[in-house]
Amino acid sequence: MAKRIDVSDLNVYYSAFKAVEGVTMTVEPRSVTAFIGPSGCGKSTFLRTLNRMHEVIPGGRVEGKVMLDDQDLYDSGVDPVAVRRTVGMVFQRPNPFPTMSIYDNVAAGLKLNGVKGKKRLDEVVEKSLQGANLWNEVKDRLSKPGAGLSGGQQQRLCIARAIAVEPQVLLMDEPCSALDPISTLAIEDLIGELKSKYTIVIVTHNMQQAARVSDRTAFFNLAATGKPGKLIEIDDTQRIFNNPGVKATEDYISGRFG
Amino acid sequence: MSSVTGVSLADETPGPHGSAPLSGDGAGTGRLGDRLFGGAAKGAGIFVIALVTLVGVFLLWQAIPAIANDKASFLTSREWSVNDSNNLRFGIVELLWTTVTASAIAMLIAVPVGVAVALFITQYAPTWLSRPAASLIDLLAAVPSIVFGIWGLRTFGPVFEPVQNFLRDHLGWIPLFSDANISGGSTILFVGIVLAIMVLPIVTALSREVFAQTPITHREGALALGATKWEMIRISVLPFGKPGVISAAMLGLGRALGETIAVTIILSTLPDGAKWTFSLLNGGETFASRIANNAAEFDTPQKAGAFIAAGLVLFILTFVVNAIARIVIDRRKAFSE
Repeated sequence: MAKRIDVSDLNVYYSAFKAVEGVTMTVEPRSVTAFIGPSGCGKSTFLRTLNRMHEVIPGGRVEGKVMLDDQDLYDSGVDPVAVRRTVGMVFQRPNPFPTMSIYDNVAAGLKLNGVKGKKRLDEVVEKSLQGANLWNEVKDRLSKPGAGLSGGQQQRLCIARAIAVEPQVLLMDEPCSALDPISTLAIEDLIGELKSKYTIVIVTHNMQQAARVSDRTAFFNLAATGKPGKLIEIDDTQRIFNNPGVKATEDYISGRFG
Repeated sequence: MSSVTGVSLADETPGPHGSAPLSGDGAGTGRLGDRLFGGAAKGAGIFVIALVTLVGVFLLWQAIPAIANDKASFLTSREWSVNDSNNLRFGIVELLWTTVTASAIAMLIAVPVGVAVALFITQYAPTWLSRPAASLIDLLAAVPSIVFGIWGLRTFGPVFEPVQNFLRDHLGWIPLFSDANISGGSTILFVGIVLAIMVLPIVTALSREVFAQTPITHREGALALGATKWEMIRISVLPFGKPGVISAAMLGLGRALGETIAVTIILSTLPDGAKWTFSLLNGGETFASRIANNAAEFDTPQKAGAFIAAGLVLFILTFVVNAIARIVIDRRKAFSE
């Protein structure tokens, strides 16, 4: 079910401003790829092009190709809604739907896909919450509001919501940056488990996190403010952290930049 | 949860349980500035509560003697003869019917249309269109009711006449549309429609305000699940805006219930002893228009009391409607924070 992502020569724009330039990379299925780099280097922007969320922003557009196995996501015949059902996303701030119960939050995507029948929904909700390591904490209060959970639980709820529709790829945009260390650990453990089923791409500002959870790491940088961000290099996480091919990567990782 | 939008910054930032560190008097330092501002705010609050209480007391104090002398049943009688102060006979059932039905028609039209317009402006319209469209609708709220009244009477009424004839001829078997021999431009139905136009900008402006505040994280959450634009609106924008829309509808309803001059101009009054009918194609008087039509006759306290009693019922009606709305909003409170 997990798919490979092949990006070639991708430019990302906000109206006339080129935010990301010339990205070419491959993301292997059933692996975790981490994006690191300074703020404003375009890693989150690039991440959002992988499920066509970038174009939700007025003026957002893309040049180039993003292949999911052999399907170009930006082909004129492709419906962005269908793309987002295949490529799920978890955001920086936990964003459960505040008016919905825990159960309804997880079931929301299924209902959008037209899944009906209480039995089927019950099954998937339980499976997804278990998949997100949240089931034991919430099984007795599924009808309570999702927004009443702690930050870490909310984020796992959002992961459960994302995996309930069985996506091929899971994108995570700094999923732990609003969480305390314990909740962060819980999410990192979860990422380790999820990669056996999904292709995972995670943006993080936390270098240790990238080193802990990812198989491959991509380093993004920008020449100066106002210049487009670029992919500097992508390699096995071990190599990036121990013996990177580019000096800029080493400088960034070891804290010698600017 | 007392703001118009029903949301606050706290929705975005989950905080610890218990009272916020800077609430109530806890943050007061006892300095002059604190005491002055605190006193001013408290004074304003007390002033408003006192004002409402005094209005209520005035209405009760003026109305009770008249109601006590009422020889007919105040709540169920259709009579209205207040000239002989020894034989006061008045009841409000007809006024209540006309007021409630006309306002209900107005809300049935204005709320869905207002919400739709607000959704269009905030979610669908391109920026170059949404700003002018929004100001145009705000402008509609500034048109005085007398203008709506004259426009309804002179321009819109004749246009509406054929629609009403159609309803009468084809749906006349429904009691609501039975023939009552009133011309098209002066019936309860028509007044309801004019009221809808008057209420529309209120509903639209407030709904627009809340819809525009839907946090982008909620909207993106829905979109990232593969929601279409409409599904995104249904999952995140509408639930988020619901308390605001209800508040907007209540403000609108308040205007519709109390609207006086447009209703007085448009609605045909009925002769004494006219037959009771449930038809919306009938004329009649609302609380407000009955009072306005007879404003020149408040010469004795008894007579004035009868009209003030009608005003009291209007006051209570508005109160009840607002209370119900508040309950509806609070019932789902846990799900909106």
